[in-house]
Amino acid sequence: MARPSPRPRFESWGRYPTLDANLVPLNWSTDFPLAKTPATRLLPVGAGRSYGDVCLLENGTLLQTRGMDRLLAFDPETGVLRCEAGATLAEILDFGVPRGFFLPVTPGTKYVTVGGAIANDIHGKNHHAAGTFGHHVLRFELVRSDGSSLLCSPTENAEWFAATVGGMGLTGLITWAEVRLRPIVSRRIDYHGEKFVGIDEFLTLAQNARAEYTVAWIDCVATGRNFARGIFMQGEHAKEPGELKKSKEPWLTFPFDLPAIALNRFTMAAFNTAYYHKQFPKQKTAKVDYEPFFYPLDSVLHWNRMYGKNGLLQFQNVLPHASGREGMVEILKAITRSGLASFLAVIKFFGDKPSLGMMSFPQPGIMLALDFPIRPEVSFDLLDRLARITLEHGGRMYSAKDARMTAEQYQTFYPQWQDFARYIDPSFDSAFWQRVTGRRPLDE
Amino acid sequence: MSKDKAFPSNILALGATSAIAEATLRLFAERGARFFLVARNPDKLAAVAGDLLTRGASHVATHIMDLDDTTAHPAMLAAAAENLGTIELALLAHGVLGDQQQAEASFPIAEAILGTNFIAPVSLITWLANYFEASHEGTLAVISSVAGDRGRKSNYVYGASKGALNVFVDGVRNRIDRSGVQVLTIKPGFVATPMTAHLPQNALFATPSKVASGIFNAVKKRKDVVYVPAFWAVIMLILRMIPRRIFKKLNV
Repeated sequence: MARPSPRPRFESWGRYPTLDANLVPLNWSTDFPLAKTPATRLLPVGAGRSYGDVCLLENGTLLQTRGMDRLLAFDPETGVLRCEAGATLAEILDFGVPRGFFLPVTPGTKYVTVGGAIANDIHGKNHHAAGTFGHHVLRFELVRSDGSSLLCSPTENAEWFAATVGGMGLTGLITWAEVRLRPIVSRRIDYHGEKFVGIDEFLTLAQNARAEYTVAWIDCVATGRNFARGIFMQGEHAKEPGELKKSKEPWLTFPFDLPAIALNRFTMAAFNTAYYHKQFPKQKTAKVDYEPFFYPLDSVLHWNRMYGKNGLLQFQNVLPHASGREGMVEILKAITRSGLASFLAVIKFFGDKPSLGMMSFPQPGIMLALDFPIRPEVSFDLLDRLARITLEHGGRMYSAKDARMTAEQYQTFYPQWQDFARYIDPSFDSAFWQRVTGRRPLDE
Repeated sequence: MSKDKAFPSNILALGATSAIAEATLRLFAERGARFFLVARNPDKLAAVAGDLLTRGASHVATHIMDLDDTTAHPAMLAAAAENLGTIELALLAHGVLGDQQQAEASFPIAEAILGTNFIAPVSLITWLANYFEASHEGTLAVISSVAGDRGRKSNYVYGASKGALNVFVDGVRNRIDRSGVQVLTIKPGFVATPMTAHLPQNALFATPSKVASGIFNAVKKRKDVVYVPAFWAVIMLILRMIPRRIFKKLNV
């Protein structure tokens, strides 16, 4: 009836790079291995909310798991939910919140799948208290392309558990997982925000913070006496019983690709200044709903279109505490000088809990995350510089957010990569893995 | 999760593993409904049953059968009625898209499409219409398709099976509506499901959950016919109004 559009393309959230692949939806856990084995390499993908190329595979076959979204069992005594890997955290919240349960760990968007949360071993504002998502996964089923299936937990097939948590989808298809949810008595978060100026004020606040959730928004545009200003935010689930209904669907969709020029040094400086002054007093305490506290950007669907059709780049790293202050100042200076930063910069202390995944990103130290519009040369050069500063200070970068690390940089950040490679499914691959193992060059 | 008195809570789902059926059943499960689910594949049906129970269904029974086997319909339907106590809502959701080009070349293929999409539903509806008429209540909801509204070059075999089904269901409605039975014809447009996964998707494609909420509301409002999403009513109105001498030249 309507003219069919050309072959659909699966994009990552950063919309860079754009790589064509065949798309095969998996709707049932029994759909894999595929009835007809394709001649290409395979990669399972979830909601496409990672930013770079961990969810892409040029001329490969992407196994789309969103149709596998069933909730298979729930025990209200223990909070353990068994669900298929394509269920999103949003769907789990819709299910759990009215029953008095919340995610044990949540990233800054709820539109990621459980499979993706495990494959990237995501973290959240409670990393210092709760560790990563993998710490709350009791077990999962991993199906390999030869049809074999492994039940993996920290004690059963433990090495496969460790390889698959943070394993970027390369070790096989996760069909279902058991996750332990945490009880809540209200949607409310008791919030405390405190303004700071300069990295030292941030460090003092972070060292003294006691709340379950902590994160700071940091202005990566302001210079001079406003350099490294920000708002340190803390939150706790409210202790007094309150509303537990499910969230409304967002009604706002960013309707089109904004021209690339719209996000520039001046609009970004204006945005950051407005955000900093939104909170007038130095300290502010409030009761807020969990949606704006955890997912401020989820209320606008497709907000990535704001960056225009060129897309965006993310940078996320962690530096050890010992070299963290010096390294972060160097990084922030490089960013402010470039004039490229936008409005989503966050900085946080990671806790000491060792991640369970071989390739998990979090490690003790200071974490910084922000995004840039893509301006060829300028932004690629800046990212390369930030990667080098990260290397010099003994830190590492996050594969789920990256599109530009070199093989050499990656292999220094993750020296265990060859041990990990032994667990990769022989039919699986990703554009990211091709890049960081030196099989795919970076575009200039 | 609260149970609504005026709302059907004993549900028979035929073709329960279809994506539209599954999404629709979830909405009833959240209200604590009881289910008798029928489908062909035991693994898939077990996954659907587990999901509905987890989401709040208070009872789920499953029955494995190929609904093309019309001789087995009466026994299955009687088992459903007995298991549920009373059937308050029957949702007919099984069907195949079929391959139009193969069906043009081979009658047995066309016949198989008509068998699954029309003959089998006629058998089921005949039993269910009598059941509901005798109980003077209930909802018979039949998933048809916008494709049944006008014969088109690109899918007239599938379209004919759904068009015939529409006429049949219209007639049944005129017979039993007066006994207090709701007979609902559901006409989805393009839905992103396994049935259409091989087609290029465009902006007209809706998600199963969007379609499900349209069906849910149509049951609630006791409608006769519903297009889901609703904009398909306008598209199909225009399509039906195109004069035949022009329509026959279109590549739709």
